[in-house]
Amino acid sequence: MRLIMLATLALLSIAPAAQAIAPSEMLSDPVLEGRARELGKELRCPKCQNQSLDDSEAGIAVDLRRIVRERLVAGDSDAQVKDYLTARYGDFVLLEPPVKSTTWILWYGPFAVILLGAIVIWRIAKRNKARLAASGADPDDDDGDGWEITRR
Amino acid sequence: MLLKRLPYILPLLIFAGIGVYLWIGLGHDPRILPSALLNKPAPEFNLPPLQDRARLDGKSEELPLTTASLATGKPMLVNFFASWCGPCQVEHPILNDLAKAHDVTIQGVNYKDDPRRALIFLGQLGDTYDRVGRDQDGRVAIDFGVYGIPETFVVDGKGRIQYRHPGPLSPEIAQNTILPLLESLK
Repeated sequence: MRLIMLATLALLSIAPAAQAIAPSEMLSDPVLEGRARELGKELRCPKCQNQSLDDSEAGIAVDLRRIVRERLVAGDSDAQVKDYLTARYGDFVLLEPPVKSTTWILWYGPFAVILLGAIVIWRIAKRNKARLAASGADPDDDDGDGWEITRR
Repeated sequence: MLLKRLPYILPLLIFAGIGVYLWIGLGHDPRILPSALLNKPAPEFNLPPLQDRARLDGKSEELPLTTASLATGKPMLVNFFASWCGPCQVEHPILNDLAKAHDVTIQGVNYKDDPRRALIFLGQLGDTYDRVGRDQDGRVAIDFGVYGIPETFVVDGKGRIQYRHPGPLSPEIAQNTILPLLESLK
């Protein structure tokens, strides 16, 4: 009994994650099919916008999966396949937005905000220390609880 | 005084700005995106005509719909439709009105459809298309960047795509967007 349960578990664990790709869509060449799967994860289904191509069962997703495979069989690189689709559907089909001047805020904005926050904190800390020094207290006496300003 | 408080007010203002920006973003329909082909020539294609359509209105010749049919010196609409598509039925009277009352040329792309059903669809709802090409495998729709039908494109006299409307046309869009755009392209 335990053996059967373990065997079932083992089988389940090797079962592929649920995907919309029908076996008939797949390429016989495992290398190309593997590349098609990677692309299918990175491309967005235009119809059902929060699903990747591979996850979607929309008619357009099926057609685009077929085109991805056609291009791969024709010898396209992964980048060329993506270019083919962005030429028609725009950057929107890429689930990961490309780094370019219009998306700099998106990519670098968070780091800029963190940097800005760090500068603000650093300046406040510096000013507090200066005030403490001016009031005659020993700055190194600071216990770091941030109450120095109000205590003064 | 105000300047001294700025460090305290500024973050609040920035937060309010982000809030307003995101609030506006919430109201946007994510499906309505500009075409990636904006200001570019329509893709190359050559679609066979919908057979027996001449019997429907007795006048239209059955000519193929090609890239050349879009560059006639006159702006026009390209409408992707199918008989199995509910919203296409809803928007069809608006297309008829544009063609009849405003003399707009509309090319039809019959998307993945049974030609007999397409004929019944046009027979029942009216056929005001100039040409109707059959996109049996949907490849031309993909070359146009169509997400799902109905979709309507405005093409200028040189056959360049100027506007994309995904989903069914409404009388408001026809009146406030499509017609002024066509007028400005003349």
